[in-house]
Amino acid sequence: MNETTNQEKKTFWEKLLSIDRRIIFLFIAVAISVPLFFKTSLDMPVSPVVQEVYNAIEKLEAGSKVLVSFDYDPGSMPELQPMAESFFRHCFRNNLKVIIMGLWPQGPLQANIALDQVFKDEDIKAKNLQYGIDYVNLGFTAGNEVVIDRMGHDFRESYPADSRGTPLSEIPLMRGVRNYDNIDLILNLSAGYPGTMEWVQYAVDVFHVKLAAGNTAVQAPSMYPYIQTGQLAGVLGGMKGGAEYEIALKRPAKAVSYMFSQAIAHGVICLFIIIGNIAFFSLRKKKTS
Amino acid sequence: MRREVPLILTAIVGITMIIAHFIPPLNILKNLFEDWFFIIAAFAIYLGILNLILVNGDKIYKKQKGWLFGAVVILGFLVITIIGIFFSGGKSFQDPGTPFYYIYMNLYYPLSATMFALLAFFVASASYRAFRARNVEATMLLLAAFILMLGRVPIGEWISAWLPEGYRLGDAADWIMDFPMTAGQKAIMIGIALGVVSSALRVILGLERAYSAGE
Amino acid sequence: MGKTKMVRQSHHHVGKLENSFFISFVLVSLLLSLCLFALRSTLAEEVPTAQGETAIQKDSVPPVPPTNVTAKDIPNDKGGAITVSWERSADDGGGAKNVTGYEILRSTKRDGGYEHIGNSPPGATSFSDNATKDKVLYFYKIRALSSTGTSESEPSAPAFSKRQWFNFSRLSLFILSLIIGSAIFYFIEKAKSGKGVFIRKIAGLEAVDDAVGRATEMGRKIIFIPGIMDMDSMQTIAGVTILGRVAKLVAEYEAKLEVPVCRSLVMVTCREVVKEAYLNAGRPDAYNDDMVYYLTDDQFAYAAALDGLFLRDRPAAVFLQGQFYAESLILAETANSVGAIQIAGTAMPTQLPFFVAACDYTLIGEELFAASAYLSKDPKLLGSLKGQDVGKFIFLLAIFIGAILLTLNSVLGLNLPDLRELFKGI
Repeated sequence: MNETTNQEKKTFWEKLLSIDRRIIFLFIAVAISVPLFFKTSLDMPVSPVVQEVYNAIEKLEAGSKVLVSFDYDPGSMPELQPMAESFFRHCFRNNLKVIIMGLWPQGPLQANIALDQVFKDEDIKAKNLQYGIDYVNLGFTAGNEVVIDRMGHDFRESYPADSRGTPLSEIPLMRGVRNYDNIDLILNLSAGYPGTMEWVQYAVDVFHVKLAAGNTAVQAPSMYPYIQTGQLAGVLGGMKGGAEYEIALKRPAKAVSYMFSQAIAHGVICLFIIIGNIAFFSLRKKKTS
Repeated sequence: MRREVPLILTAIVGITMIIAHFIPPLNILKNLFEDWFFIIAAFAIYLGILNLILVNGDKIYKKQKGWLFGAVVILGFLVITIIGIFFSGGKSFQDPGTPFYYIYMNLYYPLSATMFALLAFFVASASYRAFRARNVEATMLLLAAFILMLGRVPIGEWISAWLPEGYRLGDAADWIMDFPMTAGQKAIMIGIALGVVSSALRVILGLERAYSAGE
Repeated sequence: MGKTKMVRQSHHHVGKLENSFFISFVLVSLLLSLCLFALRSTLAEEVPTAQGETAIQKDSVPPVPPTNVTAKDIPNDKGGAITVSWERSADDGGGAKNVTGYEILRSTKRDGGYEHIGNSPPGATSFSDNATKDKVLYFYKIRALSSTGTSESEPSAPAFSKRQWFNFSRLSLFILSLIIGSAIFYFIEKAKSGKGVFIRKIAGLEAVDDAVGRATEMGRKIIFIPGIMDMDSMQTIAGVTILGRVAKLVAEYEAKLEVPVCRSLVMVTCREVVKEAYLNAGRPDAYNDDMVYYLTDDQFAYAAALDGLFLRDRPAAVFLQGQFYAESLILAETANSVGAIQIAGTAMPTQLPFFVAACDYTLIGEELFAASAYLSKDPKLLGSLKGQDVGKFIFLLAIFIGAILLTLNSVLGLNLPDLRELFKGI
């Protein structure tokens, strides 16, 4: 059998349709990494769902207590860590008291990393914030939504001591805090389960506490039904949400700088989709003719 | 009895959990069952670790295909466990400054972030393959994807800056998120909730026995 | 290949148990609902009259005391809890006598014997006392604290906690559950009578036979991944149930199956399921415990391990059935790159788009839970799917009517009832 009769040469469009995915990966790698070397200041409007998160924190009086739950791991750090730093900046700037906890084992560690970063800011350094008085890290407790439920009755049921082993009764910040009745706002940073959905179902619905959240871009659309029903004050969705929040805070930081990279990457993906469709239609036209 | 006992236990626990949602005094039982699950799951971790070591150990011993990977798994497991337990210098092993924290920041975090970052590449290749305007529905999906991808980044603002406010790509993306997307999500969630109810009832009634090796 | 299989009938004594269970469940539920409706309207709190005079502590330059202290039983709970509310002191929020906190005092007598039971920060207006004895009268006072002194409120009216045997805030959910549950039971019973139940074709499930056949012909393995969550997730249970059906098919076709799992309990369950499936297929000799093995609990480490497995072993078919998160696209794309046929199924709305884009077939949401019934062709299981549709019909009707009512209210300014109030407890 003659092999050449069985092997028709692939046309340009066929080659384009079956392009090696590594070429696409290469273009994406360049699109994401090169813009990181450029310093740009992007201005973007703050969407209503992000503005609501900003307003929820801004409305609190000095001394109000904010519970921040870190429910993510290093995999989601690029999206959620800038939000965490912005939350801390906003809270400390407004002299709010911060209680940190985590439903994921790595969560409290991520909080420590964010705190280390935020404490380098001159204006935050000047406040001379003290552990146990201005902020506390309760650490991680296993139990997922059961932890959320039990904290509604008494924090000590889930957290008898903080991450350093100090009993809560010996921590000045926690002396007046028994359960959600003594918390003015909950901020949740979530990358999956357990996360914002569980906080809505077990804290907001049962104990009627106010909740705002920061989610990965993939998860944020699932939160919109809760915003519409008023169960969630607002949500920061992905890198864009984080960038909008930094702009609302008038403190552009990592998320804003990463947005340029994301913008170019999205543009490249759209370009590839256009090319793929042109190839698809050209081939189809050729086959029908 | 081997088949009946698990079915009876499942029915009792399942019905109790449902009823406890409506009858507050039964919450004590509900909490008890939840605690029991966490205890069992916690102890079950040892089963998993034992299996991991046995499977990979066997692979190394018999020099099967890929035995080097097995060696890496066991070595990594032992090193991190020993360091975490014995070399924390009196502090909690997760505290900054401990060797475990060093491994977490310099090994675990970059690896985990790298795996997550693969999504960026895979999204591009999956989009290139999947978003073809084959028919009307596929075309609508393609258009929605375009609007959202461009509307969620500053490029959308630049491209559509000439349009009046409220009609730009960002606004279109927000509209898609607020209405069609939310409606679709809610519909899927209703279907899923009903599926869970039906599935749970089948399990509680003992109709669905395959998961417990009953059929 | 591709032929439907006859389903074995369930045992007679289990069928009898289900019959009596069904009838008693429906009767008891109806009776209970009627009683609850009757009870709700007749329940009233008994409030004995209070006795004795109040005693107010006098301090020098004290802050203004809190006022309007009220105490009420926390409704819809198991008892042992009272909520205390008050209006803040006028000195709370600034001034020389700025309140630094509140102490909550409790006594069983109005006149004295108050003990300190808890604290609230400045700005607080309520406190939950979770350590009360049911049917014991309690009086509460709130003491405002400041650097210049303390002052106490007037005692509250007496209150007592009691256990509620039914959480009335969830009544709507209870009734809805009864209706849907009864519908599912009814259609299960109806299906037993032998009448065929129409279920539309689900492409992903029709392709299971082809996928297993393809793997057998190519001499390559089938990899089944039951999600990354534990056995407390319904999606994992659904995935493991599908594994049982797929494993039986694999045993019959004499193909190779591998089930790498993320959780230890899932490993134990999957082993039992696969073993039983091989036994039922008459191939117990072909089963090996090493077919099901544990990798790691960590999400991305699990994804990395599976990617390596796909790239090295190049499976012919990959089943992704269960609860997935961000690793879904990584797994789907890698499996696609090695040319495997992929049948995915998940009830995670966030991951469905990735599976739809990357996999050959996707079971969307409730199709995952229907898969077991669909594959087994058991009339009782198929009947339960029909019962689900009743629930869907109720929701569709409620959405349609509710939307019309809201639109009429908004456009014509009418005051028609808002159906959302009915579903508030859900």
